[in-house]
This record gives sequence, C-alpha cells and structure tokens, in this order.
Amino acid sequence: MSFLSRVPGPAWPLAAPADDGPGNPWFSWRYAHDNADEILTALQFHAGLTARAVIFALIVALPLAIGAYWWRPLAGPILALSGVLYTIPSLALLALVAPAVGTTRDTSVLIALVLYALLVLVRTILAGLTQVPAEVRDAAAGMGYGRFGRLLRIELPLALPGVLTGLRLATVSTVALVTVGSLIGQGGLGDLILGGFRNNFYKAEIMTGAILCVALALVLDLLIAGTGRLVTPWARGRRA
Amino acid sequence: MSSFHEGFVWLNDPLNWTNPGGLLDRLEEHLVISLWAVLLGCLVGWPLGIWLGHRGRGGGAVVTLANLTLALPTLALLTILPLTPLGFGKPPVVVALAVFAVPPLLANSYTGLRQIDPETREAARGMGLSGGQLLRRVELPLSVPYLAAGLRTAAVQVVATAALAAFVNGGGLGEIISAGFGIGMSNGGGGQIVAGGIAVAVLALLVEGLLALLQRVVTPRALRGARRGRRLRNKFAT
Repeated sequence: MSFLSRVPGPAWPLAAPADDGPGNPWFSWRYAHDNADEILTALQFHAGLTARAVIFALIVALPLAIGAYWWRPLAGPILALSGVLYTIPSLALLALVAPAVGTTRDTSVLIALVLYALLVLVRTILAGLTQVPAEVRDAAAGMGYGRFGRLLRIELPLALPGVLTGLRLATVSTVALVTVGSLIGQGGLGDLILGGFRNNFYKAEIMTGAILCVALALVLDLLIAGTGRLVTPWARGRRA
Repeated sequence: MSSFHEGFVWLNDPLNWTNPGGLLDRLEEHLVISLWAVLLGCLVGWPLGIWLGHRGRGGGAVVTLANLTLALPTLALLTILPLTPLGFGKPPVVVALAVFAVPPLLANSYTGLRQIDPETREAARGMGLSGGQLLRRVELPLSVPYLAAGLRTAAVQVVATAALAAFVNGGGLGEIISAGFGIGMSNGGGGQIVAGGIAVAVLALLVEGLLALLQRVVTPRALRGARRGRRLRNKFAT
C-alpha cells in the first residue's frame, strides 16, 4: 500500500496546444476555443449542482426555521447544532459522506452542499422572521389572522429581504464550495482547476476554471439580488 | 455504517499514527501551516481594520472585500499561487490560507472599533487624550471581544481550509484523505478516507472550542454580557 499514491487526474483531453505562444500563458483563447465543450459541460454541471443544492436547502430550511420561530425552545438547539455542523470542514464532511454514498455520482457532494447551505439559510430566515416587529404581529392578530395566515401574508413577506440576503450568501458560497467536489472528480469547474494543476500546471486551464467560477458566483448573486428587488418593491425606497 | 467502522479500525492502528506521513506528522504540518497563515492574516487584517475603524472610514470597502473573497474558491488560490514567484511548497499554501483569514479579522476589528459608544470617545477626547492615546487606552481595550471573535473565526476557518492543501500536495491532514482516495475505495481506502475526515473535523471543533474559551477569558467581565461581535465567516471552501 503506497501511502503517497495520488488520485489520478481526470482525463481532460489536453496538453498545452503547440501554437499557444511561448511557455505557459495565464490565459489562452485558443485553449478556451479548443476545449469549449469540456468547459461548457463543467460550467453547466457547476451551475446545476449549485441550483439543486440551494433549492433543496431552501425546501428543508423553511420548515425548520418556521418551526424554530413558532416554538422558541427549538431555536437554541437548532442554532447550536447548525453552528457545530458549520465548523466541520467541507473536505472532512465529504470524506465522511462519500464512502457511504459512493464516489461515482455527485450525490455525496450534493449532500455536503445542501447541509452547508441549509445552515446559512436556517439562520438568516430565522433572523428575518424574528425581526418582524411585535406591533405588526399584534396588529395582524387583531385583524383576525390565524397562525398560518399571519405567517404567509405578513411575516414571510416582511422577512423576505433577510431571506434573500441568506439566499445570496448561500448561493455564492455554494458556487465556491462545489470546487471541493473535485476530490472525487465531481467538482464542475473545480475539476478544470485541479485538472490544469495536475496537467503539468497548465495555467490557462486553471485560470479559466477560476475566472468562470467567480463569474458564475457574481452572476447568480446579481440574479437573486435583481429578483429580490422585483419581489420586494416596498424595500426599494429604503435602500438608496 | 461499515465505512465508519473501517475508519475507527484505521484510527485504532498505532502505526497509522506514528508512520512517516502518518496522522501525527500530518497534524504537525497542519498546525504549522495554520499558525503561519493566521499570523500573516493578523499582521495584515488587524492593523488595517483598527486603522480604518479608528478613522471611521472605509466600511463599504471592508464589506466589499469580505463579499469578494466569498466568491473566490480556495482551490483556485491554492493552485494559482504555486505557479507565481512564490514557488511550490509551504509558502503559497500559507499565503492562500491567509487571504481567507484576512476578511473576518479585518471586518471584526473594524466593527469592534466602530461599535464603541461615540459618547465614550467624546469623553476621552474631552479629557485631553490624543488620537494615539484614545486608540491605546480606550478603543483597543473596548474592542478586545471583537478582536478575539475575529481571531476565532479566522483561525477555525484556516484550520478547516488547510485540509484542502492536500489537493496541491501541500501537506496537512487532508493528505490522509486524498491518500485514501489514492488507495481506492475498493482496496480498503474507505477506512482511511473516513479516518481522515474524522481527524479534520475533530481538529476544527477542538480549535473552535479552545478559542471560544480564550475569547471568554480575554473578554473583560464587564463586557461579557454584551453581544459578541458578528461572526463574519465565509464558507466557500473551508
């Protein structure tokens, strides 16, 4: 058993193209052009994995946060547990999940991503809900809203800005976190980054992956922020 | 569950701890890398944050910087830095980790100085303290809880992120995990992967616990009830 044996790199089909200019450039259009298919596939995989993780996390986080909001004694344990889980490094979580779930599919990466996004979302949604002023809640109760009606019509809309902030935070960090999945070759753009490193430190490939990763995060962030502005027209005046 | 069992079997073998490149070796590497990274981060983050907080300017820049690093994958920095003049080995890993330690240190020291009651500052000025005296005798002591919170956040994050250094053969406990994948799941590497995961997780939790304790100790009793500094942390690839 050789202790130092390394994971074989993913089989990206490239060596530095011969007419790529001298040496090992930081960026090469020729590389991007010749490998457009691989790059696009990685980008799609990355975006898809991010979307799935954030959506799953949101679906699980909403009931949890609402539960903690309605039954306050639950809030302490939920937040404490999320704090402990959040401290566990992603690589460790992946290493714990991957052998149990299998390393050939992206399920284990998805599980790790959902867990982290979940923790961010539960916290921000709960914070958003508790920020609803008590007078507003009283007024809603006085108008005859029941528990669910008040939640749907009053409290959730008022918590929406907080929820959106959490969603942006979770999305941006998930985009960056997906790259860790390249440990098992399921890292989307992370596979490009690591592939370039293993492929004789091919800088153009590393740079392409890194730039696309940051760009994807910024685009998704702007997208959510824009959607947030559309669905919370009342908050527009307050922020200048 | 069987993989967990294998993990404990692996941990139970003393040779896996004392071998060259075993757990103890890797733990030492991990701690050394983390220590330097946190030190470097402190050297950059604290003076800058304290200066900005003292001047009361640049809050927007601090937030922007923190948000920007959120979008940057650690893996990208870890792979790019060795190809710069920093060269291979420990220095690029330390620098990469330090880059992610700076935002929490910076943001917490900035808020630490900004959260001080303006009246306190006015009173100190009225007593004739100069800018430097104000900083040393009033502002810094009052922001110690925030500085400690920033240190805790940054240190935990660095220790967690240092596991990723294994991707670029930078040493640390992550090497146990990636060597386990190198052996392969079918050849009994699963136990080693899980064992590495457990080791990294336990180390992160330990550091978190110890620094939480430290934070409590250095916080003056009068300030203990006060709200702790906002724990600004990013999770992009820790």
